[in-house]
Amino acid sequence: MRISRRVLGAAVAAGLVASSAAACGGDDKKDAGSGGTELKGVKVEVAAKWTGPEEQNFRKVLKAFEEKTGATVTYASTGEDTDAYLGPRLDAKNPPDVAILPQPGLLQQYAAKGQLKPLGPDVVTEVDKNFSPYWRDLASSGGKSYGVLAKAAYKSILWYRPQAFADAGIQPPATWADLVKDAQTLQDAGTTPFTLAAASSDSWTLTDWFENVYLSQAGPENYDKLAQHKIKWTDPTVGKALETLAQIWGKPDFLAGGLAQATKTKFDASVTDVFGTQKAAIVYGGDFAAANIATTKAKVGTDAKVFAFPKAGNTAPALLGGDIAVAMKDGKGAMALMKFLASPEAGKVWAGLGGYLSPNKNVPPSAYSDPIAKQLIAQLQQAGDAARYDLSDLAPAAFGATPGKGEWEALRAFVQKPSDVKGTQRRLEDEAAKAYK
Amino acid sequence: MMAPREDTPPATAGAATGGAAATGPDAGPEVGPDASTGRRDGLRPPSWLAGSFLLPALVLLGFLVVYPIVYTVVRSLLDSSGGFTVDNYSGIFEGHSNLLAVRNTAIWVVVAPTLVTIVGLLFAVLTERIRWATAFKLVVFMPMAISFLASGVIFRLVYEQDPDKGVANAAVVAVHDAFSAKTAYPGAGPRAGAAQPLRAEGGAVVTSRPVTAGSTALLPLLRVKPEYLPAEPVPARAAAPPGPGRITGTVWFDFTRGGGGRPNAVDPSEAGLPGVRVQAVRDGKVVASATTRDDGTFTLTKVPAGPLTLRLPADNFTAAYGGAEWLGDTLITPAIIGAYLWVWSGFAMVLIAAGLAAIPRDALEAARVDGATEWQVFRRVTIPLLAPVLVVVLVTLVINVLKVFDLVFVIGGGDPNAGVLALQMWTESFGGGNDQGAGSAIAVLLFLLVLPAMLFNIRRLRRERK
Repeated sequence: MRISRRVLGAAVAAGLVASSAAACGGDDKKDAGSGGTELKGVKVEVAAKWTGPEEQNFRKVLKAFEEKTGATVTYASTGEDTDAYLGPRLDAKNPPDVAILPQPGLLQQYAAKGQLKPLGPDVVTEVDKNFSPYWRDLASSGGKSYGVLAKAAYKSILWYRPQAFADAGIQPPATWADLVKDAQTLQDAGTTPFTLAAASSDSWTLTDWFENVYLSQAGPENYDKLAQHKIKWTDPTVGKALETLAQIWGKPDFLAGGLAQATKTKFDASVTDVFGTQKAAIVYGGDFAAANIATTKAKVGTDAKVFAFPKAGNTAPALLGGDIAVAMKDGKGAMALMKFLASPEAGKVWAGLGGYLSPNKNVPPSAYSDPIAKQLIAQLQQAGDAARYDLSDLAPAAFGATPGKGEWEALRAFVQKPSDVKGTQRRLEDEAAKAYK
Repeated sequence: MMAPREDTPPATAGAATGGAAATGPDAGPEVGPDASTGRRDGLRPPSWLAGSFLLPALVLLGFLVVYPIVYTVVRSLLDSSGGFTVDNYSGIFEGHSNLLAVRNTAIWVVVAPTLVTIVGLLFAVLTERIRWATAFKLVVFMPMAISFLASGVIFRLVYEQDPDKGVANAAVVAVHDAFSAKTAYPGAGPRAGAAQPLRAEGGAVVTSRPVTAGSTALLPLLRVKPEYLPAEPVPARAAAPPGPGRITGTVWFDFTRGGGGRPNAVDPSEAGLPGVRVQAVRDGKVVASATTRDDGTFTLTKVPAGPLTLRLPADNFTAAYGGAEWLGDTLITPAIIGAYLWVWSGFAMVLIAAGLAAIPRDALEAARVDGATEWQVFRRVTIPLLAPVLVVVLVTLVINVLKVFDLVFVIGGGDPNAGVLALQMWTESFGGGNDQGAGSAIAVLLFLLVLPAMLFNIRRLRRERK
């Protein structure tokens, strides 16, 4: 009895060791793709930073892909900081099949480390058929194409409430001076002119304001140099842009809720404060703000309109952002999805949902659900060679894409103390020097 | 059959508190004497068997605890190219946001555990005396069932700046407004620029040119927000000519809806502003005053002769009180500690209430019989008897506070003024900083800070077991 219990004990112990060793050894076996022409049973994981309405729209696009091919697509949200999500997963050799990168800088970074899969020939053909070379170059590294520009954002616009403009008897301004004058008129009429999303988490809106003014004043060439940190942030051109911005940011009366509220306002709230609760008349937002406006009772095109970001200098600013899809794993599913995202088919589905702009030439303007998008496409094409990619997204993430750090927080501090142009420039340069090394 | 059951608890307790290192020595010496006496041989497993049972746990602990700790220390001593450096450690105390994180962590460690323990103690003592104690405790404990992330989202809303959205500011504004006079037209003021009939003086608005008795004044105002206008505005009209010793005039919103109105002239569709206090001032002294009617007109009576200034005093225009800046530079850390208090006071209360129930009643009764007041009983008897429990709660909370992350991440939203070391650790290594060396250094520092509290807890547990 005693012995048998011991033996039993030893056996159980040995079993435990064996099973735990097996557990520690890990079972890395991948589910083999079942093949087949229809991609039935193929699982594709997509990671993107979209949440809320943007995510819902993207899920509908993925749904169209699923219906077309029979593959199963899962969506993973990367959160606001894409690199923080993808970095560890790449290190662990377990990346999603397809990732949507919000910055071209990340594409270069991953491509340099060999962590991306080059596009297959049929995807390249699809891209060439639908996109102008500018977009292909943006998503290429070392002569190889890695990305498909899934979605472009047009950032050189301001949204406004036409009723507020009509009450104050003003027209959308074409120049910065007019914008300041109109803001004063709006205020005289009893309407707060702006909401500003200057919370730490959403200070990217401030970088967009700055970039529009800078591109307009200093021109595309200086803009490129600043993006590569070939011009220091202590340069007089930067100071001039900040002084220009201070004409609006420096007047707390111009901002809904004053400085106290503006520096804590998130982007979503800045849009709904204008079109939902109507606390102000103008908000910066890019075309994607349409998705936020859709959550209010205001109707895009009638209760919410856009005007081009006013010229502060000689150049009419045309800033673009864009989310680039890249494949991180080999496999039929990943490439098929990349091809789908490059096709006009995906663009048409997405365009019908709003909050979306496609640089895809073969998505006809009629595919867009709102007239605003049609207006923006015209602006985008008119800009031609002067169009530039968002500067903060071209900069290293530590400088241009991190809440509470770098350009975001430096400009937020400037909103709090708009008289300190020199100090802000020094701070920007310090942070840039650290990040660009 | 009793013996094995007696023996097992120390082994498991050792594994739980001391970790892998403590288990071996604990198990070893105890088996020795037993084996030599031979009394209980057979009632307990031999050491190799016990060891092999423990092996899976040891392997897991090694993988999940020891290896990461050792590797973090190694990583903290490497720079980005893999060379040896100590800059990561000195870097913790350099740079504005890092210093803020160090300062805030110190505030957290000192304030949060103390506050939570005190509040928990109060709740525990008070719930002993009420009838619905269980229900009350349930409610206080309930936030513990909510994740920190969700609590963060809740408090982000509570602290929202706009009093229309944030309940904290809604309460503050309601209390403030209950004690202050109602402002008629917050934010309104004269037209900007030189040569206007009115100009701002301090918070008040005064006429640029002197006015004399027997004349009529036009006092145009701008920037009147629609929510402060009367529901059905009465069109402004020019005041009737005054009799002797009087001044009449109109205060109105000089902006024609849709634009096109004449500046400083009463246009037909422009609204009069009722309820504005108007004063006639000479040499800083108010000689007459009036309040405007629905159409914005007013009449000042018994006005002495000679030049006067008309003044619309500042209390007409004081900007609406917006509440406290909960998420501003200075209040943000206390505000987040407030959220932490909401979550954790239930935990402290339950533990302390359990300790309270274990206090011998006769000690309290004896003190009362000896004529001690309730406060003296609490201060001189309850607290000393509770001290061990209070210390456990405090130390547990200190450990917990050092790693506070979610609340700060969600409520602070990246604001460096809210930063703490645990958050900074993440930001430096993954959240944009991309510098795992610096992040590891902060992790090691946090580990060293937690260590004394852990050792204290382990020693106390050992002492109690004896």
